[in-house]
Amino acid sequence: MTADNASNDAPQAPPSRRIDPAGLVIAAALAVLAAVLVWDASRLPTTTMYGMGPEAMPIVVAVGLGLLAIGNLIDALRGNLPPRESADPKPVLLILGGLALLIAIIGFGGGFILATSVLFVATSAAFGRRAILTDLVIALVMSTLIYLAFDRLLTLSLPAGPLERLL
Amino acid sequence: MESFAALAHGMAVAVQPMNLLYALIGVFLGTAVGVLPGIGPALTVALLLPVTYKLDPGGSLIMFAGIYYGGMYGGSTTAILINTPGESASMATALEGNKMAKAGRGGPALATAAIGSFVAGTIATIGLAFLAPWLVDFAVRFGPEDYFALMCVAFVTVSATFGDSPIRGLTSLFIGLTLGLIGIDKLTGQARLAFGIPELLDGVEVTTLAVGLFAVGEALYVASRRHHAEEQIEPVRGSLWMTMQDWKRSWKAWLRGTMFGFPIGALPAGGAEIPTFLSYSTEKRLTKHPEEFGKGAIEGVAGPEAANNASAAGTLVPLLTLGLPTSATAAMMLAGFQQYGLNPGPLLFAERPDLVWGLIASLFIANVMLLVLNLPLVGLWVRLLAIPQPWLYAGILVFATMGTIAAKPSVVELSMLAGFGLLGFLMRRFDFPIAPVVVGLILGPIAESQLRRALAISLGDPIVLLQSPMSATLLAIALIALVAPFVLKGLDRFKASED
Repeated sequence: MTADNASNDAPQAPPSRRIDPAGLVIAAALAVLAAVLVWDASRLPTTTMYGMGPEAMPIVVAVGLGLLAIGNLIDALRGNLPPRESADPKPVLLILGGLALLIAIIGFGGGFILATSVLFVATSAAFGRRAILTDLVIALVMSTLIYLAFDRLLTLSLPAGPLERLL
Repeated sequence: MESFAALAHGMAVAVQPMNLLYALIGVFLGTAVGVLPGIGPALTVALLLPVTYKLDPGGSLIMFAGIYYGGMYGGSTTAILINTPGESASMATALEGNKMAKAGRGGPALATAAIGSFVAGTIATIGLAFLAPWLVDFAVRFGPEDYFALMCVAFVTVSATFGDSPIRGLTSLFIGLTLGLIGIDKLTGQARLAFGIPELLDGVEVTTLAVGLFAVGEALYVASRRHHAEEQIEPVRGSLWMTMQDWKRSWKAWLRGTMFGFPIGALPAGGAEIPTFLSYSTEKRLTKHPEEFGKGAIEGVAGPEAANNASAAGTLVPLLTLGLPTSATAAMMLAGFQQYGLNPGPLLFAERPDLVWGLIASLFIANVMLLVLNLPLVGLWVRLLAIPQPWLYAGILVFATMGTIAAKPSVVELSMLAGFGLLGFLMRRFDFPIAPVVVGLILGPIAESQLRRALAISLGDPIVLLQSPMSATLLAIALIALVAPFVLKGLDRFKASED
């Protein structure tokens, strides 16, 4: 995952021939990925009978990624990336934060209802809602209904926490 | 005439009351989710996969067929009423459809889209039923090297046709191929790219990738550019019914759209954008009302919408007969098969004809249900469109994470979902196509095992790939398809510099 360096300060770049720093980051990320593939494949014991061993395909993919890193680098140096509009990083971070909280709550056994409610409120806030209490009530009711429908009717097991045990 | 007998048998499976109910639920859910702005058929199928976990394979696939067609119908409704096509295949529909809705002719636009989809879907499904056994007869003679070559063709066409830059398309494909390498190698039991994390040994789940890229990525992307513009819902005013003149102008466009959509969809070239735009430009050229184009011409909705549906049915031809997904939606359908350990292809036709033909027959049934359901319920769908954006995307994310939580409630799996979401956001932002990633993840491991099988049989001699005429031809096609975009681009630049 590369950091989206260029987005914060990128005003609508005119279709220019300027070097695009985001493109450089993409090319570098692809090259790193190729290196990881080669490193991982080199650790595999080569037990080649006939034909290809398990290490062959990662090398092929790594070569492809390496070539594409060069291709993306050329595009970036020529300023060939498609123009993009400005992006607001705040809502993105808010939603990612909501997802991180959801993962933490599930990981620590907080249960489905609490976890998805937190995600709901975070996303809704990211889209500009400020009535957090109202949204929390809506989220709790909705996720409880989903939990009951899936856990009881469809017998899919969703993780249970303190709230689920009350039902 | 084996198609008739097989289809009749499939019909007998599909009209069992439980299966009819599954088809109805599928159609209903598919339309309801597909109508939500920003959600295309592929995501509809991915989001609704968990609903089918507990069903038997037959019922699940039939529900799938309904979800698939329902998602397509729902997508066209969104395109017409708020001009935000959930996928590029609906873009041509939105061009004229949204203008018609703005001019107060939303009803006839929705009607011609629905009836056109029905006509195209029915004709194309008949085409599928007749083409499939023929292709299956052909495909049983395929050796592993032929399959490998076929997948190379699919790799190239899917990544070079989607999007406008072959470099970016291939980059997406190779990200997918990399993800496909993660996990235990089936032939030797070696762990690749697992980094000692036990959850990674099983490999990347297709649904986690698809839901992360499509749902989470889309939500992040829309949130990041919320400050640009709000979309407007056009109310459906006036009569829902088409006038005599609307019918006259529509029926030929439906048939022409079908003729574009089905063959192009059936070729392993992927993508419904090409036939929809071909149909749009053809209708624009042939119309007797050229002055209406750009202001809401009904042919411009009827043709592309028919082409869209026909190509959707067309992509089922390579999917069912060869196991080759050529669109994101088809890749999700394949994931639906794989959750039951079923692999579409000639063997499945021989071993489980009830499943395959039951699925094909339910496509007909789903089509009829949609026609009956869609027009009367259009008011309900419009109300779904009016859900405020914050709640809509919050709900989508809750549903998206729920699928993963239900399948594998682990921190690693959920972190992968979030990571794929971030990847999807960045890919949208920098204009990398998404579908090749999913196709790469699914087809990569299959292509690798076919290649290794071919090389094991030939005792490691790579010449086997060129000895089979089939595989040699296919590899040549793949090579041409790979080089052509670069050469054509070079010619373009050459011409431009000459001017």
